[in-house]
Amino acid sequence: MHSFKGFLLKEFYHIFRDRRTAAILFGMPLIQLLLFGFAIRNEIQEVNLGIYDQSHDAVTRQITDKLASSGYFVMTKELHSTKEIEHAFAEGGIAEAIVFEPGFASRMIREGRANVQVLTDGSNPNISKIITGYTGSVLQDYRNTAFKTAEVGVEAVPLMMFNPELKSVNLFVPGLMALILMLVSALMTSISITREKENGTMEVLLVSSLRPVEIIIGKVVPYFLLSFVNVVTVVALASFVFGVPCRGSVMLLMFESLLFMVTALSLGIFISTITSSQQVAMMISLAGLLLPTILLSGFIFPVASMPLPLRMISNLIPAKWYLIIVRGIMLKGTSFGYIWKETLVLAVMATVLMAASIKKFKTRL
Amino acid sequence: MRTIWFLVQKEFLQIFRNRGMLPIIIVMPFIQLVILSNAATFDVKQVPMHLQDRDRSALSAKLVERFTAADYFRLTGSSFSDRESIGELLGRKADLVLVIPHDFERDLTTTGHAKVQLMINAEDGFSAGVIQAYSSEIIGTFNREELKKSGVNATVQAPPEIGIISSGWYNPELEYTHYMVPGILVILITLIGLFLSGMNVVREREIGTIDQINVTPIKRYQFITGKLVPFWIIGVAEMSIGLLIARLIFNVPMLGSYWLIYLVSAIFMLVVLGMGLFISTITETQQQAMFVAWFFMVIFTLMSGLFTAIESMPHWAQTMTLLNPVRHFVDIMRRVMLKGSGVMEIREQLLWLVGYAVVMVTLAVNRYRKVAV
Repeated sequence: MHSFKGFLLKEFYHIFRDRRTAAILFGMPLIQLLLFGFAIRNEIQEVNLGIYDQSHDAVTRQITDKLASSGYFVMTKELHSTKEIEHAFAEGGIAEAIVFEPGFASRMIREGRANVQVLTDGSNPNISKIITGYTGSVLQDYRNTAFKTAEVGVEAVPLMMFNPELKSVNLFVPGLMALILMLVSALMTSISITREKENGTMEVLLVSSLRPVEIIIGKVVPYFLLSFVNVVTVVALASFVFGVPCRGSVMLLMFESLLFMVTALSLGIFISTITSSQQVAMMISLAGLLLPTILLSGFIFPVASMPLPLRMISNLIPAKWYLIIVRGIMLKGTSFGYIWKETLVLAVMATVLMAASIKKFKTRL
Repeated sequence: MRTIWFLVQKEFLQIFRNRGMLPIIIVMPFIQLVILSNAATFDVKQVPMHLQDRDRSALSAKLVERFTAADYFRLTGSSFSDRESIGELLGRKADLVLVIPHDFERDLTTTGHAKVQLMINAEDGFSAGVIQAYSSEIIGTFNREELKKSGVNATVQAPPEIGIISSGWYNPELEYTHYMVPGILVILITLIGLFLSGMNVVREREIGTIDQINVTPIKRYQFITGKLVPFWIIGVAEMSIGLLIARLIFNVPMLGSYWLIYLVSAIFMLVVLGMGLFISTITETQQQAMFVAWFFMVIFTLMSGLFTAIESMPHWAQTMTLLNPVRHFVDIMRRVMLKGSGVMEIREQLLWLVGYAVVMVTLAVNRYRKVAV
């Protein structure tokens, strides 16, 4: 026990003596969360719009006016042929072109239906879908207000639960929390053991009376206490700066976040035990974790939309479970009863990784 | 010149001797490229749906049938209590709850109008919008076809409809992979390049071999060039293999010129490596170098316009992305591959990259001093 305490103290000293790294460990998550929280959105402010009006009647003019005053679009160009549309897209001057077929108003009255062609710059499908959605809602709005006949048939009344204003911030900020916390933790611990190996101080550890269990836990604990600071900062930023609601229990959120940190730290330690070079450890923990965490955790792209093999791989990513938990607590206000399964998964992951690290830790050089 | 040649040889030998790194820099990027490119999609399929049918009439059953017949929705349960429905939403068992009120059929046959409620899980605002759109489409079709058949109020004039035909001018199917693959490729190459070069000089400093080089009469530019060339070769080689994979496995169209892509890749590698070397000269330990590189890497990746659109960002952020070389390269890739743009159309982004390369390499050369720090 005495040697363990000494070992813990040593680890703490190491961390605080390296001022630059300490500054990075606390400062960078803060800066990144602030930066991305403001910059990563899915709403689009000003869509450059081009109109090819083959009809030039009252209805098309009204629709055009409505589009211009909707706040989403900026009337950029009046187009007069398909060639002009092609040119406008190639230059990148417009993001969307709307084509009204000839005789628009008369077609609406005679046939009860007239068509609008909505062309978007497909080289960015993300934007295309968002813009088409905006256009659709403006057109729908026009239809409802311009033709004041009674609503016929079934009318759907949508109720957006948990995020009524559909703010993308509420989706992204929890994801950012997960991403940043995971990367910082995994990075911190992944090099801790390999650094000792490379520096040669591993020999000293091995001849001491410390058992592998004590060494592994001794390396995780200081970072765990430090990450507590990161967790509090990140959650506070999310709530106070970005206005992400916390409808559930804050204590539960803290507990779950710390559990996630432990899992991430264990992952880092595990990476540390399987290589003997710092470079390799770092490459694995960054290059191997960055993209999968961004793409497969449900941070931006919904997991339910992915093909089956990817959904299965996504189950291995700790961030995925944490995201479910965080979004559940913050946006839906769920109690523990709804998220016990995901919590269990994280706890199991942490235990397995720690156990594997202890096993893999070679007591010989 | 011979000096540089020797240095290059030395670097290659060191790279290939490092058994652990080889699979990471050669195999891992491509595995990630193939697997992850399939992850990026916003299409919503098989949405779990919960039903609260308080009417249990023939018409309500028909409406429900339309929802479940399409591939969009999957009925996971039904109940009569609000509490249970909301519980399903909370427990992630359903993303949509369809509530059909008690007098649905009666209202529809007498007044021709009835309301149903859609409770949609809006955690992900975008997906929620998609779910709403699907539901509206299904209800719209129901209105047109079912009501005519039942002869419900055939005299009431329905408001005229505006049909929306949407398609993408390039990439008409709005295939996500065509858009994601070039972008992910760029990010992977940047990762490898930034790390290899970033770790490099610091590592030599940590293990002490940098002093041995410093006492030789080699000049600074020879040293830096000797470090740039091997990683540059590796980077361009990986880009080539990546482009091949994009073409063969993902069928990403290549409307522009391959030479142009190569030219831009070459310049881009210089930017990345210059930046890595510069980081290498300002940090003391490999750990610090890694953290700094990580910091920039995450920023470059998330603000590249690949996952979320640059147009969605606030104006100050959009200006900041001009300093992001990855953003420019992703932009160029999309334009050349998907739109067939030529040098003239991409000159602005290209100029940014060239300028960046010059600045980074100059900084790296300047910061490196042949004295013990």
